[in-house]
Amino acid sequence: MVKVVKPPRNDKLPLTRPVIGVAGKTGLWRNMKPLVNNVKCTRCYQCEIYCPVNAINVEPETGAMINYDYCKGCGLCMDVCPSGAITMIPETGE
Amino acid sequence: MSKIETRKLPLPHDARDKLLPGDAACPGCPIPIALKVVSAVFGEKAILVIPACCTSVILGTYPGQAIKTSVIHVPFASAAAVASGVSQALRTRGIKDVHVIAWAGDGGTADIGVASVSGAAERNEDIIYIMYDNEAYMNTGIQRSSSTPRGAWTTTTPTGKIENKKDMARILIAHGVPYVATASVGYPHDLYGKLQRARSMSGFRFIHIHAPCPPGWRFDPQYTVRVAKLAVETGLWVLYEYYDGKLTVSGPSRPYMDPAKRKPIEEYLKIQGRFRVITDELINEIKKYVNENWYWITKMSR
Repeated sequence: MVKVVKPPRNDKLPLTRPVIGVAGKTGLWRNMKPLVNNVKCTRCYQCEIYCPVNAINVEPETGAMINYDYCKGCGLCMDVCPSGAITMIPETGE
Repeated sequence: MSKIETRKLPLPHDARDKLLPGDAACPGCPIPIALKVVSAVFGEKAILVIPACCTSVILGTYPGQAIKTSVIHVPFASAAAVASGVSQALRTRGIKDVHVIAWAGDGGTADIGVASVSGAAERNEDIIYIMYDNEAYMNTGIQRSSSTPRGAWTTTTPTGKIENKKDMARILIAHGVPYVATASVGYPHDLYGKLQRARSMSGFRFIHIHAPCPPGWRFDPQYTVRVAKLAVETGLWVLYEYYDGKLTVSGPSRPYMDPAKRKPIEEYLKIQGRFRVITDELINEIKKYVNENWYWITKMSR
């Protein structure tokens, strides 16, 4: 074993830290908005597995919940949904 | 309404806590899907070594980063070399539970970084090398790489590339490393199993992930997973793993060992705008290449 020199206190080092929204609120990029019909949703978790932004959270009780602050509106969840519970509607901007 | 029973989750549920929302990827980017699976396997016990590629942009700039692991950003050609050094340093310090992952694109692996990859493979360094293959230099604006398939449009091959794709997995099998696998973002569970197996082994482990890029391949962002699955279903991309001197075709690709079950290649080509310039004789050349590739795989898997 070699002697390990301890670095100075972590908060003084110029290190990056994990933060949510490193590119800002990416929901602003969106022009089509996904809407979930939780009655049709079978809780198969496909959308949560494939969501590239990690913005979908499926819970057995509530169904798929989309974080619209960060959803980029790519529509991938609609394409992978086997029960057709997700539809894309144009973003109106309100 | 009847009570919905809770069932076993398809991937570890903390997968969604490691890769944070709000990264700088394009809509429909396949890289965060693959990174999510990687973080589901390794959690925070991994050091990612990332050369210049799309991922160095996706993970963000200085005060923050979009993933909860240690990340080292390195120059283009040196990903495997830096990962070897980090792995040796961890061994000298006696740290055994942290895995070193070199995460590079096809340019950083097949073109610019191939010397350092080959060197690290020859020394059998204790690292996991993951190449995500979006088949061109997408970050700098869609230039041709050696991993671009035949017939594909890029800004530097406006009439379609005339050479075949460089098969990195086969090059690494020829190095005699302990573990080589190909995977696809269309099949995260298959990728998860391969990463788990790679994690349980030691030595140089190589995983080649097929990653369709919506802006570069000229298709709609919503079809990322569809294109990835079509590549496997048409037989153009074969999922297999190689260890203990044996090649095994993985579950999603196994039905397509029979040529009659494969979908027509045109289905995969017509969904992408980059194959708009392709001619019929080039399609026949691609079919021939697919058959040769499958011939080699079926011979090897016996």
